[in-house]
Amino acid sequence: MVLKYYYDLISEPSRALYILLKINKIPFKKHPVNLLKFENLTDEFKTKLNRFQKVPFIHDNDFILTESIAIVRYLSREYGIKDSLYPQDSKHQALVDEYLEWQHHNTRLLIALYTRHKLFKPLLTGDEPDLNLVSKYKRGVVKTMDKIENLWLRDQKFICGNILTVADIFAACEIEQPRMTGFDPTKGRPKLETWMNEVRKELDPVYSEAHLVLNELAANNEKAKL
Amino acid sequence: MGLKLFYHPLSQPSRSLYIFLKYNNIPFEARVVDLKEGEHLTQEFKEKFNRFQKVPFIHDDNFVLSESIAIIRYLASKYEIKDNLYPSNFKQRALIDEYLEWQHHNTRQHFAMFTQHLWFIPLRTGTPADQKEVEKYEKALQETLDKIENLWLGNNSYLCGHKISVADLFAACEIEEPRLGGYDPTKGRPKIKEWLERVRTELNPAYAEAHAALNEVASLHKI
Repeated sequence: MVLKYYYDLISEPSRALYILLKINKIPFKKHPVNLLKFENLTDEFKTKLNRFQKVPFIHDNDFILTESIAIVRYLSREYGIKDSLYPQDSKHQALVDEYLEWQHHNTRLLIALYTRHKLFKPLLTGDEPDLNLVSKYKRGVVKTMDKIENLWLRDQKFICGNILTVADIFAACEIEQPRMTGFDPTKGRPKLETWMNEVRKELDPVYSEAHLVLNELAANNEKAKL
Repeated sequence: MGLKLFYHPLSQPSRSLYIFLKYNNIPFEARVVDLKEGEHLTQEFKEKFNRFQKVPFIHDDNFVLSESIAIIRYLASKYEIKDNLYPSNFKQRALIDEYLEWQHHNTRQHFAMFTQHLWFIPLRTGTPADQKEVEKYEKALQETLDKIENLWLGNNSYLCGHKISVADLFAACEIEEPRLGGYDPTKGRPKIKEWLERVRTELNPAYAEAHAALNEVASLHKI
């Protein structure tokens, strides 16, 4: 049976894996899960599909796996991923892993907290956003962008060197996210902006396809401001 | 030259790596970084040792690597290790990776935040702990323990099945941490208590050695 992919393109790691599957031409069956309709929170979902009730995850026959980074590694061993994206050589792979682990408490955490408090929580509860939390996490996002520029990109073309890797895919999918709230973290940062455009260019048309929903929401947000 | 581990005994992932190296008989030089004196915060440290200015990290000759999970994976690819700790079988390894990635925003985050507010911040600032913050993080810690019991352990002896793996090692080193502030996370949780005992026994004497400094601080709370 073909690999089943459960995802919501509104989730950053869901987009990263979607792009990874497509550009490596790994055949998969799409199983979109609508997080904003809480489709993941039913008991049936928990018992039948995934006990953690989060996306993304895969079913490979009866093997269920969650956690996007764990899935990258599984796909690279079981299906094969372009060596430049996730190198087999242990030192090169370790340096890509270094970013994939680092991002959890940096790019991933801060952007998720910022968008949760600025957009998703108010949207789902109808409450006004907590402005203290919003500005606290926005400062966190700004600091993280400093780190991406100064500790990762430095004078390189990409996060882990001069070749695009899965680290760039995961980083870019995160950094796109706050655009839904009208905040573009690459603005005023020519280095980051150049990198982002390179990543988009290298991964298109798949990249744009994965970001279609996000781009629509970002455009609506811009319109609302006019 | 050779492999050098830069670590601190009160850092959870530092202890995990220390135990992993000892348990697998991997030769290494242990180098404590004086976090209390801010050794890692100097410009010299940043340029010479590690641009992220955090522990643990390794120098393997000229190769510098940070992030404990990335390091474990690198060591497992380079050295002979006990296979059940991080199996070469794809699917088994994937299920251990699943825990190693899951823990970042669960065990790691909540145990670290709780211990910070209960113990580190009061110690550093000389002011009593902010009870509201402590209670908030205690709730998150207890929810994480529920998940460890129900979503991970289930009816198994270990987190990822019936054999000990690096998932148990990382989890145990986190769960020990709040004892620094006199808080025992296994209280009222016989299942976690038994599991933690199994992990300690399996990984001793390296486990006890790595936790000597923590145990000393913890013992002060019993007086």
